[in-house]
Amino acid sequence: MAPPYKIRTQVTMEKYLIANTLSYPILSMIMIIPVVGALITLFLKNDTVLKAWGLVVTILTMAISLPLYTAFDQSTPKYQFTELRAWFPSLNLDYVVGVDGISVLLVLLTTFVMPLCVLCSWNYIKVRMKEFIFVTLLMEAAMIGVFVSLNTVLFYIFWEGMLVPMYLMIAVWGGARRDYASIKFFLYTFVGSIFLLVAVIALYVTTGTFFIPELMDHSYSMFYQMLVFLAFALSFAIKMPMYPLHTWLPAAHVEAPTAGSVILASILLKMGGYGFLRFCLPLAPNATMACMPYMIAVSVVSIIIGGYLALGQTDIKKLIAYSSVAHMGFVTLGIFLLNGAGVKGAMLQMINHGITTGALFICVGIIYERTHSREIKDNSALGMKMPIYVTFLGIFSLSSFGFPGTNSFVSEFMVLIAAFDKYPWVGAASIIGAILAAAYMLRLLQKMVWADSDGHAHHGSHGEDAHGVGQEDHGTERHLWDLNFREIGTLGFLTLFVFWVGFNPKPLLNIMDTSVNHLLMQVETGVQKGIAAEAAAQVTEPVTEAVK
Amino acid sequence: MQITLLLPEIALTIMVLVLFATSLGKIKAGTLNLLALALSAFSLFAAIAGCGDQGVLFFDTYRVDALSQIFKIITTLGLFLVISSSSGLRGIAAHLRAEYYFFLTLGTFGLVALASSVELLTILMSLEIAAFSLYVIIPFRHPEHYKNHMEAAIKYFLFGTIATGLMLFGMSYLFGVTGTTYLSEMGKVLPNLLSTEPLAVVGMILLLCGFFYKLALFPLHFLAPDVYTGAANETTSFIATVPKATAIAVLVRLAHASGTEIGQLTWVLAVFAVGSMTIGNLSALVQNDLKRLLAYSSIAHAGYVMLGVLSANELGLASVIYYMGGYLLMNLSCFYVIYQLAPAGENLTFEQLKGLYKRSPLLAFVLAAGAFGMTGIPPTIGFTGKLLVFTSAIQKGFYVLVIIGVINAAISAFYYLKMVRAAYSQVEDPGDCVALSWPAKALGVFFIASIILTGVLPQSLIALAKEAVAGML
Repeated sequence: MAPPYKIRTQVTMEKYLIANTLSYPILSMIMIIPVVGALITLFLKNDTVLKAWGLVVTILTMAISLPLYTAFDQSTPKYQFTELRAWFPSLNLDYVVGVDGISVLLVLLTTFVMPLCVLCSWNYIKVRMKEFIFVTLLMEAAMIGVFVSLNTVLFYIFWEGMLVPMYLMIAVWGGARRDYASIKFFLYTFVGSIFLLVAVIALYVTTGTFFIPELMDHSYSMFYQMLVFLAFALSFAIKMPMYPLHTWLPAAHVEAPTAGSVILASILLKMGGYGFLRFCLPLAPNATMACMPYMIAVSVVSIIIGGYLALGQTDIKKLIAYSSVAHMGFVTLGIFLLNGAGVKGAMLQMINHGITTGALFICVGIIYERTHSREIKDNSALGMKMPIYVTFLGIFSLSSFGFPGTNSFVSEFMVLIAAFDKYPWVGAASIIGAILAAAYMLRLLQKMVWADSDGHAHHGSHGEDAHGVGQEDHGTERHLWDLNFREIGTLGFLTLFVFWVGFNPKPLLNIMDTSVNHLLMQVETGVQKGIAAEAAAQVTEPVTEAVK
Repeated sequence: MQITLLLPEIALTIMVLVLFATSLGKIKAGTLNLLALALSAFSLFAAIAGCGDQGVLFFDTYRVDALSQIFKIITTLGLFLVISSSSGLRGIAAHLRAEYYFFLTLGTFGLVALASSVELLTILMSLEIAAFSLYVIIPFRHPEHYKNHMEAAIKYFLFGTIATGLMLFGMSYLFGVTGTTYLSEMGKVLPNLLSTEPLAVVGMILLLCGFFYKLALFPLHFLAPDVYTGAANETTSFIATVPKATAIAVLVRLAHASGTEIGQLTWVLAVFAVGSMTIGNLSALVQNDLKRLLAYSSIAHAGYVMLGVLSANELGLASVIYYMGGYLLMNLSCFYVIYQLAPAGENLTFEQLKGLYKRSPLLAFVLAAGAFGMTGIPPTIGFTGKLLVFTSAIQKGFYVLVIIGVINAAISAFYYLKMVRAAYSQVEDPGDCVALSWPAKALGVFFIASIILTGVLPQSLIALAKEAVAGML
């Protein structure tokens, strides 16, 4: 058994992978460091020490992950920084990790967002700090694992393994309805992914491998592709989330602690889009073509319904959650337009949504620490009290609806161009979503910064008394203070990226360019093969009949 | 005859005799516990030492091979874990504790012998040694805590004897059509007979029924919930895990004797598997008593295991062994938590589980590890086991069964999660902290580590299981 196995790995290595050229196994290290860090937290006592330790570990991981950007070879669609080790030879299952232009930015997004998650929990988390840092670090390892796995079982292990820390994060540190929200989150995602497991096993049984690039090289019959596509798409659509499978998201977002919301918005939702690009498109190109109109339609519906629902929310977190549904609609739209601008726009949109929505959730967390409410009416007219805060809030709100000069503008613009290029009607419908985004974000901004024109918040329940004694007390009623250095640092860091991507998206687009082109070519050749096979089947059918 | 081949049996016999001696006189409770623990550890070591032995004994009726040795390790490990996690036997009437250990060990002895039995009458003998010991210990429960233990005992006994009757009847048919009681002889003619002779199919199914009763597989599942609820926590943790593992050993042998194409048997077993998964999971959804819930969950797990038995190929049978080992660990970890939380040996409900993570973070985490494992969440042994079982079933083309299986896994997620949710829910007054002695803590850590590590690094275990299956006949 051993010698052929070795030869096989050698061949795979050359055909699909570029061995890690760095002096250390970078991808394994950025997964192992958080896990080891998490285990060490078990022996730490003091809360401040724990927080500092969490920050140190996440920053260290971020620093170590930097060469993924600097040393990335943009000229090849092969997987880079790869590591290949035997893990479970009797099932032909290796530990194999690597990144290409599609996943590398998401890995970096994860390692960059995690320190912020620790920072934004500094005062927010009051109980069980040890366990919190523990699950946060495990979460980081699992999320990186999802993006770097080049093996379906490894992918599935991280994909499902992530559920447990996230579930605990919502269930233990969440808001009032955390029981409901956490179980809803868990069950939705779990139900989605069990069919993914069946697809993974079915692919293995037909091809004899779990290795993703090898799976891509096989061509499957149309019926088989359709089943694989549906099994994968269901779990990715739930994770995304696409309308009408989005209902777990507002519940989970609202109840999760700030760090949980940031992780959910910035990274977890991206896994859906990543999954479509990594599995659905290359594995089932014909099924993708067949399902394309439906997926585009659902994406447009997500964009419009998400925006429409966001318009009616009074809870800030819920509003942002529904806006996520709309933004992720742009991602699936871009992916299923299946042209260069669309897919690249979709990928950039994933990064941008990670930056902007993550920042918005941090903003909500900051104000929640002060007023203990997430309702818009309780947090209105902050402009006079917290000028630095509203500046940041303004920047991120503008970025959220794609104001020119900010990051989201670039990506949404790219997706819209692609849409108008291919199906003008789709583009026109999506524009409505973009307008709705401006409407709900500006409404939020206006209420939170200025409220009514006199610069004071009006609490509906106060009634007539409010104008008597209440008016004088307004200043003392809410104990507000502006941002401290930690909070400015957190948001400032993200602001940098908002403008960097907004004004200079070229470096990021260059990174994904080769891989996206390769992916689209894979789809195209797959489709042509499918057509050829179908034609061949039609030709041979009469022949076999004649033989009979 | 080589005496070393019987190492685990000899160790257990010594244990039985020593415990019998203690039951004659009076012995301090603490000493008794320690004695039982030490002796069970000794028999576990003996079983591990016997790993790798090969040989045939007693006119070829008793076969020591890789399969039997693996199951002897699993069985004695189960006994050791049950005894160590239920130190003090709080649920057992005080004057019966020495006898309790005695019968528990005698039952284990029967099960260990069952793992090696390769002849129908030997199988029957071993099975009955185990069964009668277990019939005796169910009514040993402390009568203060639960009044229905006699009902449980009578149910277990009556249905147990009926199952034995069915099995004997099936054996007579099989003997009639094959002319032998040796499994190895039977294996030569049975595959052919199963596809041509309806009597062989009926006989086989009736024979299997004896083990389905032990496994609590549909349609012989209905007594499990009552028995599990009625028996003491210690007893339940034993009968829910160890006899099932050994029943699987014989099932694997029988499946192997029936050949890889089990023909008409497939459909019957498929119906049993689907019925077991579905009924088990749906009924578990509405349970409030934790032991009753675990009873239904074990019915469901018996269904998953049957998928592997059905596929009857090397991977299928190997994954069944692996799955059963994992099931034993995960289930015992849940029972360990139940035992620790029930100071007087009472039955637990979800109400008492609430806020557990405040009372004891370790217990909450052990429960979470066990529950997530049984749901099949990676990186636990429950996931790897399901992956392997489903893979072998798909290799055989049982797509529909696997899809029903994963839907059932999704259903089961709800009630397993309900346990975790209760443990991690916030309550006003969670109650006193649970004080754990350091051996109890070590046991908890052992459960967590073993559930995760055996799931992440399955290679050597699977290789062992495959070797066991390959070296069977």
